[in-house]
Amino acid sequence: MGGAKLAIAVLAAGLLAGCSGGYTWGWYVVSPWGPKGQSNILFLLSGLGWTVAVALCAIAASVVLGLLVALLGLAPSRIARTASWIYVEMLRSIPMLVMVLWVFYGLPVVMDIRLDVFGAGVIALALCDSAFEAEIFRGGIQSIDRGQHEASNSLGLSYLDKMRFIILPQAIRRILPPLGNQFVYMLKTSSLVSVIGLAELTRKANELVVTEYRPLEIYSFLILEYLALILIVSWGVRRIERRMAAADYRPA
Amino acid sequence: MSNTANGAPIIEIERLNKWFGDLHVLRDIDLRVRHGEKIVICGPSGSGKSTLIRCVNRLERHQRGRIVVDGIELNDEMKHLAAIRSEVGMVFQSFNLFPHLTVLDNVSLAPRRVRRMPAADAEALAMQLLERVRIPEQAHKYPSQLSGGQQQRVAIARSLAMRPKIMLFDEPTSALDPEMINEVLEVMEGLALDGMTMLCVTHEMGFARRVADTMVFMDRGEIVEAAAPEAFFSRPATERCRLFLSQILSH
Repeated sequence: MGGAKLAIAVLAAGLLAGCSGGYTWGWYVVSPWGPKGQSNILFLLSGLGWTVAVALCAIAASVVLGLLVALLGLAPSRIARTASWIYVEMLRSIPMLVMVLWVFYGLPVVMDIRLDVFGAGVIALALCDSAFEAEIFRGGIQSIDRGQHEASNSLGLSYLDKMRFIILPQAIRRILPPLGNQFVYMLKTSSLVSVIGLAELTRKANELVVTEYRPLEIYSFLILEYLALILIVSWGVRRIERRMAAADYRPA
Repeated sequence: MSNTANGAPIIEIERLNKWFGDLHVLRDIDLRVRHGEKIVICGPSGSGKSTLIRCVNRLERHQRGRIVVDGIELNDEMKHLAAIRSEVGMVFQSFNLFPHLTVLDNVSLAPRRVRRMPAADAEALAMQLLERVRIPEQAHKYPSQLSGGQQQRVAIARSLAMRPKIMLFDEPTSALDPEMINEVLEVMEGLALDGMTMLCVTHEMGFARRVADTMVFMDRGEIVEAAAPEAFFSRPATERCRLFLSQILSH
């Protein structure tokens, strides 16, 4: 975790450099050694559950959606491929913040449904991310040697069986790093859901800023929260990757 | 070995033509393969011999002409395609084993998924075939843990697990170290003895002499000569074939 120490040192140095200006810091608002700071920290950390939940649900939905779109894009039918292409091009050109706002305010009207902020957040993040997941899956699937397709075809395996038993299991190992990356990215972009009022980390920080009027200290703490969260997740992703790489075969 | 081949054709190829873009890779190919016949196809690289056998299970689609395999014509109807592919086994130059599956799963997957065989039966069948190619002790290893010759024998067992009527071999020993070639050829000769219909693209002329009923020489997309091995090797009819044989046999 040398990277983590370095990152924290850089951040601390930046903050200290700021001290030399005219600003008077009020770290007491997030200090773990004072009663005020303690209750504020607990308040800020209470957003953690929503941040993790919205990111997990969104990434799960987006992986499934992205895989379907990628399989459509690689299907023999030209109509399926065109549909997949249009989906990817459209969704990756919509800014995430715009998507969050549109899904929350627009979708319930269009589809005549009720959406809470959590549902709207998950849908918006998943839709935007699925276009990128589809491209990741497509790249991974296409990187599998043509001989694997030919061997599967020559045995008479159906298209779906070939994908399920031969191509995807090999592709998954190759796309795990970009998938992990995408999950980290999702954890960060989940902060956009704060604008529609989901009480996740960023929203909590915003709320505290309004009452404490100490934005610099509180947002600095917010950065540390994301930093810690993402370092832990990156570490977990790398562990899974290593375990998969150590699995008892080398791709031929 | 012509005694194992009887009269009825199992593959009929008529005036087959294929292009890759502007490149005319197969020109007016006519070939009839009888039940149990062993055909060895040779020729210089780029002569279209691999493309020809890949057309038989439609890994390549032809543009003109007719291919009938076991009474079914190859066309764009997917139902026919699946039926033909399950009757025709193929062994590739680069093995193309599934690297993420054990040897046993490589062999038993297709019977389970395509033939709907219960897992226990499929595994018993796989073990039986691994005995036949003489590597039952490798069943639980992964392909990368095997030598090239062992991998190719697993690939043969994998094809046989579908109980095919026809086996296609696309240069099965070309990617192997010399000391491993014989173990693969021995397995192929055993198959030939059992009466399998075989189309082999290979440069192993010793194997061809021992096994082939018919030798086919291809050059520039055409079948230049087709003859029984004795005649083919001792009295090639064309200059092109003579030249090719002199080059390949001088090794």
